[in-house]
Amino acid sequence: MLAGILSSLPGAVSQGILWGIMALGVYITYKILDIADLTVDGSFATGGAVCAVCVLSGMNPLLSVLLAMLAGCVAGAVTGILHTVFDIPAILAGILTQLGLYSINLRIMGRSNTPLLKVETLFDKLSNLLPGLGSSYIAICIGVIAVVLVVVALYWFFGTEVGSEIRATGNNEAMVKALGGNTRLMKAFGLAISNGLVALSGALVCQSQGYADVTSGQGAIVMGLAAIVIGNVLMGWGKAFGTKMVSAIVGSIIYRIIIAVVMQTGFVDTQDTKLFSALLVAVALAVPVMVERHRNKPKREE
Amino acid sequence: MMLELKNVKKTFNRGTINEKKALEGIDLQMNPGDFITVIGGNGAGKSTMLNMIAGVYPVDSGAIVIDGKNVTRQPDYKRAAYLGRVFQDPMMGTAADMEIQENLAMAYRRGKRRGLKWGISKKEKEIYHETLKMLDLGLEERMTSKVGLLSGGQRQALTLLMATLQQPRVLLLDEHTAALDPKTGAKVLDLTRELVEKNQLTTLMITHNMKDAIRLGNRLIMMHEGRIIYDVAGQEKQKLKVADLLGKFEEASGGEFANDRMILS
Ligand SMILES: Nc1ncnc2c1ncn2[C@@H]1O[C@H](COP(=O)(O)OP(=O)(O)O)[C@@H](O)[C@H]1O
Ligand SMILES: [Mg+2]
Repeated sequence: MLAGILSSLPGAVSQGILWGIMALGVYITYKILDIADLTVDGSFATGGAVCAVCVLSGMNPLLSVLLAMLAGCVAGAVTGILHTVFDIPAILAGILTQLGLYSINLRIMGRSNTPLLKVETLFDKLSNLLPGLGSSYIAICIGVIAVVLVVVALYWFFGTEVGSEIRATGNNEAMVKALGGNTRLMKAFGLAISNGLVALSGALVCQSQGYADVTSGQGAIVMGLAAIVIGNVLMGWGKAFGTKMVSAIVGSIIYRIIIAVVMQTGFVDTQDTKLFSALLVAVALAVPVMVERHRNKPKREE
Repeated sequence: MMLELKNVKKTFNRGTINEKKALEGIDLQMNPGDFITVIGGNGAGKSTMLNMIAGVYPVDSGAIVIDGKNVTRQPDYKRAAYLGRVFQDPMMGTAADMEIQENLAMAYRRGKRRGLKWGISKKEKEIYHETLKMLDLGLEERMTSKVGLLSGGQRQALTLLMATLQQPRVLLLDEHTAALDPKTGAKVLDLTRELVEKNQLTTLMITHNMKDAIRLGNRLIMMHEGRIIYDVAGQEKQKLKVADLLGKFEEASGGEFANDRMILS
């Protein structure tokens, strides 16, 4: 069993990194904007769908990823408009977009599953450059490059005037308005960026596994939350924005490792992973609350 | 005229059993540099009047003109270019999870376009450092601390500073010392007077403390049931006594006694 666990580690780490970009997207809405955005499950698949169709049409795989990201931004903007212009509660706005995206993703691909046959993905290209390196290690390389670029870009962006305003909007809307900030625009903007990252993650995952699937984003939001929660448990001491982003990535990797280990023990079947994920997140969210409640309970005199 | 309200009316929940006429035709004119204190019982419409000026809710009828510009149809965040605001709740004026200097930087950009300029320049930091010194709270040495670590009084003082960092055409203060302990409240009030005098700010200050209402500012208005029922300025205002105001209030409310909150001072 130990050998099995060890051999499954590189794959788990690579998946953790590639899905970690999705977790960063979730971090922007859930932690920075204080919005639970359910668009994610749809926009993740959109990223894969757009990327697959582009690559198959002969487009450069890197350009395909960027286009997929753009599609994700549009999806996020739709949720943003539903929420800020029409005042639909954020959760419902996200569900509406997510539902609509399911059909759109089918339209984009023309079918529910699109294999990337006879085309060269980013991962194939790097594999040709570094022959002998296993596919998991290739995925880790590309994942690390992508994560570094995204983290640096986000660190820069959230330090700009507009970025600060988005952070402040999640923190204290009344204040931002009183200081002349357009909070509706900031929320829509944040949702677009978030879903752009989610789609980027979806596109990279699609290329790494060699196919796009309409169901690939199912439960993505839960995995994103799991990554953030686990990251917070492990690296909660870090209050700086950079540390928070790294902790989401680390959380995503650990989450994948936990899943891989649990699968190896044989207690949990492939079909049970979603239930296990849901339980994991529920427990991770509940534990701090219970601890706090226990701590605040008045001590009984003995 | 720095601020003009022309027959401003507002009814909340019109046509429901919760219908509430909050403002029944407010006319107010403020000259540049006017410092008006606003008093009145609970539910008199004081906060609603300030919210109308700030554009938190649209008016039902009437017009609001700030420094010659009719802003009646402008959304709140656009009017913010002209207004400095401090709320009763010390938590409302600052972003807790952001640094003191980040909060100031946003206030420094009130009414300006936000772009992709990164961080806070050294020159800006020097300005904030100098401004914070004025508070005498030592905050100038903690500019990278998160605002959430500050006390209510410190946060309110910071909010006041932020509201005036970019000179506002009108400063709106809604019982901004009411949530603070008396000593801290007095300090923030002193700071208010200092800032208003130094910058010649046109100011509307709601207070439930009648002594403060008489002591501060050059004009006083009393509101009752959505109307301005008493408006006094200059010499006449300086000579007012708390008892005079209580008398006015009883007269307006038909002999009812002023509530405890108004008598407390
Ligand atoms: N957003 C609102 N919705 C409904 N009623 C409101 C709202 N804001 C204020 N009111 C009502 O309008 C009246 C005036 O309130 P307000 O201006 O807050 O009084 P004051 O600040 O003088 O105590 C009160 O009866 C209050 O209940
Ligand atoms: Mg009030």
